[in-house]
Amino acid sequence: MPGAAIAGIHEFDKRVAGGLSKLQIKAECARLALADAGLTWADVDAVYDAGESGFGSGLTIAEYFGVNPRVVDTTSVGGSSYEFHAAHAARDIAAGACRVALLTYGSTAHSESRAIGTGARRPPAEPQPAANMDLPYGMTLIGSYATVAQRHMAQYGTTAAQLAEIAVTTRAHAVRNPAAVAGLADIGIKRTGEITVDDVLGSRLIADPLHLLDCCIVSDGGGAVVIVSADVASDIRKPPVWILGSGEAVGYPGFGSDITTTAAVSSGPEAFGQAGIGPDEIDIAMIYDSFTITVLAILEDLGFAKKGEGGPYVAGGRLRFDQPGGPALNTDGGGLSSNHPGMRGIFLLIEAVRQLRGESTSQVPGARLAVAHGNGGQLGSRHAAGTVILGRE
Amino acid sequence: MTAAVPERPLPAPDEPDTAPFWAATRSHKLTYQVCLDCGDVVFYPRRHCTGCLSGSLDWRASAGLGTVYTFTVIRQHGHPYFRSRLPYVVGWIDLAEGFRMLAEIAVPPADAAVGLPVQLSWEDHAEVSIPVFRPA
Ligand SMILES: [Zn+2]
Repeated sequence: MPGAAIAGIHEFDKRVAGGLSKLQIKAECARLALADAGLTWADVDAVYDAGESGFGSGLTIAEYFGVNPRVVDTTSVGGSSYEFHAAHAARDIAAGACRVALLTYGSTAHSESRAIGTGARRPPAEPQPAANMDLPYGMTLIGSYATVAQRHMAQYGTTAAQLAEIAVTTRAHAVRNPAAVAGLADIGIKRTGEITVDDVLGSRLIADPLHLLDCCIVSDGGGAVVIVSADVASDIRKPPVWILGSGEAVGYPGFGSDITTTAAVSSGPEAFGQAGIGPDEIDIAMIYDSFTITVLAILEDLGFAKKGEGGPYVAGGRLRFDQPGGPALNTDGGGLSSNHPGMRGIFLLIEAVRQLRGESTSQVPGARLAVAHGNGGQLGSRHAAGTVILGRE
Repeated sequence: MTAAVPERPLPAPDEPDTAPFWAATRSHKLTYQVCLDCGDVVFYPRRHCTGCLSGSLDWRASAGLGTVYTFTVIRQHGHPYFRSRLPYVVGWIDLAEGFRMLAEIAVPPADAAVGLPVQLSWEDHAEVSIPVFRPA
């Protein structure tokens, strides 16, 4: 078997943290993920951190957890950070630099009432040149994704109803996930049942053509993933889930570039190539769903549908866990309907592992292969893409 | 007590890469860079060419004609100024000289369209002028 496997996972069970700090959420998830693997703090010799708890997180984390890492990786590329971390951990383990890698995430975005999608972009103390050009125009994060959807519609005839299908599917999966349902209620969403395409189209426009229900929720949350070498994996509590391939890429605006094509067009083939499989073999597609358009564009770029044909592809409930004809999409309910604390890439790995262990609340019988694709930054603007292919024995 | 009228957030005039661009806006010039060695157009402004290793870039002024590559209508915003302007159109403009820039498009939301021909206009402030595009 390949060289690195996910041995332990934990997802923070609440969507409102109730006064816990990001560090406390990270540590709770870390110890429960280590326990899930049958390991302990002393086994950890590598930490991967996206820096959400503050400056110098590589130092903070090691001391706070009480571990002595030989590898410290603080790659920070937004919501895709955890797919990058998983890729780096697999490489570091293959190189013999470490044996037990710990990835953690903690966020109190909901408790801080952070308007992630429509907040005022405050100029940083030392402005970046790109931001200094865009700042006067009040582009929001949602607006940036909306420019992708608008162009996709103009270029390929994609419809709002087709985009809505993605939100309908993820909500159907969320309704089966008790933590997601409780979370939706906790963050103040009144209707926590299934939704229809008409519900999405009838919700208010936030940034044309994206409606409220095309957008992810804003929650607190956190998670941890433990990645181990093959020798450690031979002696863990749960079946190991192997990292079969990975790819990383970034994308940014430019004259002549196609805004509907994401950096997944580079990271995807790299990951699938390493794994030696194709998209048609994938049972579970954990695709970063900050917005419906994010999923549509990435499904195309990963090769599940031809460019421009994502609209017809997602129609008709094809991506539901109990429907044939395509992989099951975001079976935990996704960022659209389970949790989105700002950088949800770690949950893509966690739910993919649940599926490959047979532990999902929307379990696909016999699921063998999964893809987790994280998107960081903003589609339509500067963004990062991390693709990880996972498989069980 | 009168409530202050919220003002548009303005760029930092002294950010090293973009300072010349914003300085030129005071005389209503929309500038972009061309590499003197390979001829590539560079935008947003930088000190180096992204096409070759050259550090020799020439500033040029755009005629301000372009088309809307894509856009959105912002209908919700957390900042008081932009909230006061809702709904407004912002998008990516492809300029005839071969660069793409984000900008506000002064057009009623119902008239905004991909491919719409636009021309440059200016919104003047004390230290900078802000490029805004109108239907051509
Ligand atoms: Zn050059």
